Amino acid sequence: MDLYEYQARDMFEAHGVPVLGGEVAVTPEEAFAAAQRVGAKSGGVVVVKAQVKTGGRGKAGGVKVAKSPEEAQALAAQILGMDIKGHTVKKVMIAQGAKIAEEYYFSMLLDRANRSYLAMCSKEGGMDIETLAVEHPEKLARIEVDPIDGLDEAKAREIIAAAGFDEADVPALVNVLVTLGDVYAGEDATLVEVNPLVKMEDGQIVALDGKVTLDDNARFRHPEHEVLIDHSVTDPLEVLAIEKDLNYVKLDGNIGIIGNGAGLVMSTLDVVAYAGEEFTARDGSHPRPANFLDIGGGADANVMANGLDVIFEDAQVKAVFVNVFGGITACDQVADGIVKAYEILASHGKNPKPLVVRLDGNNAEKGREILDGAGLPKLERVDTMDGAARRVAELAALAV
Amino acid sequence: MAIFLTRDSKVIVQGMTGSEGMKHTTRMLASGTQVVGGVNPRKAGTAVDFPGGVQVPVFGTVADAIAATGADVSVIFVPAAFTKAAVVEAVDAKIPLAVVITEGVAVKDTAEFFEYAQKSGTTRLIGPNCPGLITPGQANAGIIPADISGPGRIGLVSKSGTLTYQMMFELRDFGFSTAVGIGGDPIIGTTHIDCLQAFQDDPDTDAIVMIGEIGGDAEERAAAYIAANVTKPVVGYVAGFTAPEGKTMGHAGAIVSGSKGTAAAKAEALEAAGVKVGKTPSATAALMREIMQGLQG
Repeated sequence: MDLYEYQARDMFEAHGVPVLGGEVAVTPEEAFAAAQRVGAKSGGVVVVKAQVKTGGRGKAGGVKVAKSPEEAQALAAQILGMDIKGHTVKKVMIAQGAKIAEEYYFSMLLDRANRSYLAMCSKEGGMDIETLAVEHPEKLARIEVDPIDGLDEAKAREIIAAAGFDEADVPALVNVLVTLGDVYAGEDATLVEVNPLVKMEDGQIVALDGKVTLDDNARFRHPEHEVLIDHSVTDPLEVLAIEKDLNYVKLDGNIGIIGNGAGLVMSTLDVVAYAGEEFTARDGSHPRPANFLDIGGGADANVMANGLDVIFEDAQVKAVFVNVFGGITACDQVADGIVKAYEILASHGKNPKPLVVRLDGNNAEKGREILDGAGLPKLERVDTMDGAARRVAELAALAV
Repeated sequence: MAIFLTRDSKVIVQGMTGSEGMKHTTRMLASGTQVVGGVNPRKAGTAVDFPGGVQVPVFGTVADAIAATGADVSVIFVPAAFTKAAVVEAVDAKIPLAVVITEGVAVKDTAEFFEYAQKSGTTRLIGPNCPGLITPGQANAGIIPADISGPGRIGLVSKSGTLTYQMMFELRDFGFSTAVGIGGDPIIGTTHIDCLQAFQDDPDTDAIVMIGEIGGDAEERAAAYIAANVTKPVVGYVAGFTAPEGKTMGHAGAIVSGSKGTAAAKAEALEAAGVKVGKTPSATAALMREIMQGLQG
């Protein structure tokens, strides 16, 4: 889960990372009140910052300096509702104005290749760090952090020395890095990034921006993270899927996809997309996958029925492909789930969409018998994954 | 021979007495695996009856189980919150191979127990969030169904469980030396490269199928390894060509960010290393079929 900047700021503050004042506002009036409080420490100057989970908001006009609460209110009115790379701005952060002397960069993240943690630090912050890494790799210190030891004081000194900071700044930087390391380990983060980390004119080192990604698998030990979950921006079908505890991602095509296992479902998306290129609908479009839905290993009839239920709810879906290789999952359970989904559909007075089913593996024969015996309308069984993908693409093209 | 797991392997199951542990211990026994013990401190000293009149003793610790049975493989089914403690215990007992089936393990826990195992130098980890491995006709450590394919001379390494099953099914007429599901989490104990190296050294493996998916750069690094070290034919498949950027596709590791980690980049790297890459699982199986027929002819 990615956090908003204001959430990262609050998390930093709780771990003792030096930050400036900042409050979130969802209306221009709230922005006015927040600017009165936050600006009190900076001569009335605040920064109104769009809260979106994407980069480039400054260039898009989502970050503006205000010299008074009135101006902050007016700017908030402009920024709220703005579209930044497809993200609608629903919140702004009113941040205390800062007199910046220098801008630095720091991040700590999961290093998959080395199966460890990596800290990156540079005296040249503020700019796009990917560009810096490519154009001036020598200016970006990259230091491995042992997952067991964490980012302790010695490691912080090593990172700071590698980045080439002045001796005078070392004590303050050590404190910043160690506390950011606390955020990383203590909150089960997979990314903590501060860009820019700034030295102010008075010499203070402050995290002026923050990007934090939390590990969803660690939620069991962080009940306090529940409040950080952002429900407002999620697709309604994704919300329905979450309610039903399904692993679902909405895509933009018109063929509903259900399978078991993340790898097989990803592979199914590919095979369907390839097949879709062979068929053209009347409007000239090619059928494409409408979603990713993994019913997981060992799924029973209920999970299958819930999955189909969500997919049938998707108005964009013209045809559906159920692709199951039964390892632990029993294909007769999958077939029972399909029959059940049809019953639910009928009880809501809705018609089924064309459905192509491919079952192999554990109890495949039984599953096929159940489907063949049920005589479900618009359902076809195809024996191979590639053949089934072509058939469902053809059906979707015909339905547009 | 095979890799990592043979008919001589003695397997214990941490979490055997839970529902998943019971189900899969039953299956492992049915496929001929020597399951010599379970571990559960609260049930130490008891034994569990399995179909076919088999009794498997339960030990209080991994160390006790090894001392009593000579076990050299542990399959771990404990819940995610307790997985780190289970792996640390297995490493402390110096088990040579620990197979972590559990899904949903916090990546901080995995990072820590992987580092711990590395420092110990005594334990190979496979997983977490993986189906384990099978040497058909000899032994099965994990949840890969034993009836998909029999023994043969193809080695298989895959990030994905169901694609492992699919590929074994497609090539069941040739059979497999060993199939290893390494898991799709961001940090895993045994990599494609580890398996490629083991298959290259295994006299019972003639050719290798490697299945990857989007995210990270494990496939690219495997490609470099193949170019430099693997002389046996390798066929590859990568899932996720059409996955949109920035969306997690089920596996925590399966997320494309920026230009790195795309399926196209991986396929390109593999092809540059001389690996034949299939566009679909069936097409990949067909490539391997040609190679095996060529080797036999």
